[in-house]
Amino acid sequence: MTTVHIQIHEKTHHGTKIPTIENFELTLNAGEFVCLVGQSGCGKTTLLNTIAGLDANYSGAIHVANKTLNPKISFVFQRPCLLPWRTVRENIELVFANQNVISKKHIDELLALMQLTAYENAYPKQLSEGMRRRVSIIRAFAINPDLLLMDEPFVSLDAPMAREVSELLQHLWQKRPHTVLFVTHDLREAIALADKLVFLTSRPMRVLKEINVSIARNQRNSKNVENFREQLIQNYPELQPLL
Amino acid sequence: MDGGVNTLLSRNLPTLSILVFLGIWQGLAIFLHSSLLPSPENVAYVFWKHCQSGELPYHLGVTLLRLLVSFTISMLLGCIIGITLGRNEKLNAFFDHWLVIFLNIPALVTVILCYVWFGLTESAAILAVVLNKVPNVVVMLREGTRALDKDLLNMAKCYQFGRIKTLRHIILPQLHPFLMSATRSGLALIWKIILMVELLGRSNGMGYQLHLFFQWFDIASILAYTVAFVGVIQLLELALLKPLDNLALKWR
Repeated sequence: MTTVHIQIHEKTHHGTKIPTIENFELTLNAGEFVCLVGQSGCGKTTLLNTIAGLDANYSGAIHVANKTLNPKISFVFQRPCLLPWRTVRENIELVFANQNVISKKHIDELLALMQLTAYENAYPKQLSEGMRRRVSIIRAFAINPDLLLMDEPFVSLDAPMAREVSELLQHLWQKRPHTVLFVTHDLREAIALADKLVFLTSRPMRVLKEINVSIARNQRNSKNVENFREQLIQNYPELQPLL
Repeated sequence: MDGGVNTLLSRNLPTLSILVFLGIWQGLAIFLHSSLLPSPENVAYVFWKHCQSGELPYHLGVTLLRLLVSFTISMLLGCIIGITLGRNEKLNAFFDHWLVIFLNIPALVTVILCYVWFGLTESAAILAVVLNKVPNVVVMLREGTRALDKDLLNMAKCYQFGRIKTLRHIILPQLHPFLMSATRSGLALIWKIILMVELLGRSNGMGYQLHLFFQWFDIASILAYTVAFVGVIQLLELALLKPLDNLALKWR
C-alpha cells in the first residue's frame, strides 16, 4: 500500500499554445479509490499517460511508493488492449516481469472473482466486450501494482453490462484493495465507486474540488447514489457545469 | 445425388485442372508437330534422363542453396531496416528517397554492376540478389510496422515489457502477415533473379543450364528444368509456408 503524490506544473501538447494541464496537485492515500471527474477532452487521459510513464514530456514530479523510478503501475485502458493471439490466461500471465514467479493460484482466484474461470483458455475474440474488459481488469490487479490507473474502463459498454462490470470491480477491489486512480465523466459511476471524488476544470486542467464520498460501501445503491448527487449539486453550485 | 457430384467435383478440382492443362499442351504439341513444342511425355522422358544422370539434381541443388542463402540474408536485413524505418519518422524521411532509388534500379543493372565491381564470384552473385530483394522487404515491413497497434505498444510500455518481450509478443505477431507476404513474394522474385545471375556469371545452377539449352535449342530440357523448379517451389509452399501460416493463425 502506497501513497501517491502527483505534481504537474505544466504539460503542453506539441503544437498547442494553451497548456493541457497546469498547476495540478493531487495526493492519493494508500489503498484509496479516487475518481477523477471532468468533462470529456479536459486532459484526464493525458494525466494518466504521464503518470503511467507513457508521456515523459512535462514539468513536475510524480512519486509513487516513494519511488520516482519504475514503480509498479497497472493501467486499464479505454480499450481492453488484450493480445488477440494469446488466451485469457496467457494475456494475464504475460504482464508479470518475471515469468518464473507467476502464482497460478493468485490468477485462479482473480479469474473466479471476475467469473471468468470457464474462459481462461479462450481467445479474446471469443469473448464479449464486457468479458474482455474484465480480463483487462484482472490483468491490472494481477501484478499487485503500487498504483492502478483506470481510464473510463466501462466506456462503450451498454448500461447493464457497464453496471455488471462495475459491480464486479467493486467486489474485486474490496477483496484486494489497491490505490486506484479512476477516470470518468459519469458522476453516478464515480459516486458508486470512489472514496474520494476529484473534480477537474477544463483546459488547462487543475483540481477544482476534492470531496469525500460519505456513503458506506455496502449502501451504495442507485437511490443513495442519486441522493448524494443531488446534494452535491445543491451544496456546490460551482460544480454545476460538471454535473 | 446432385450434391454428391458437386462435392466430388470440388474435391478433385486441382487434379482436374492440371489434367486439362496437360491435355491442352498435348493437343497443341500434336497439332503443331514441331520440335519447338515437345509433348508432355517427351518432357517427362527428358526430365527422367536428366535426373538419372544426376545433372538436374546437382544444378537444382546449387540454385536452391543460393536461394536459401540470399533469401535468409535479404529477409534478415530487410526486417531490421524495415522495422527501424517504420518506428523512426526522421530516419524514414531521410532514407525514403534511397529506398525509391533502390526499388527502381532494374535487377539486370544490379547484377551487371556487382559482377563488374566485385568479379564473377559467388559473393558478388549473392550480393546482387540481396540488393534486389532487400528494398521490397523493407517497404513491406515498414508499412507493417507503421500499422502496429499503438494502444498495445502503450500497454507493453506501461507494464514494463522491455524491448525483447515487446518485439516477441507485441510486434512480431502483428507483423506476421507482412512477413508471410514478404516471404512469398520474396521467393518468387529471388528465384527469377538467381536464374539471371547464374546465366550471366556462374558456371553451374539452373540459369547456367538454361543458357546452354537455349544455345542448343533444346526446348524439351528447358521445359524439364522448369517443371522441376515449379515442383520444388510448390513443395516449399506446401511443406513450409502453409504450416507456418496455420501455426501462427491458430487464434483467428
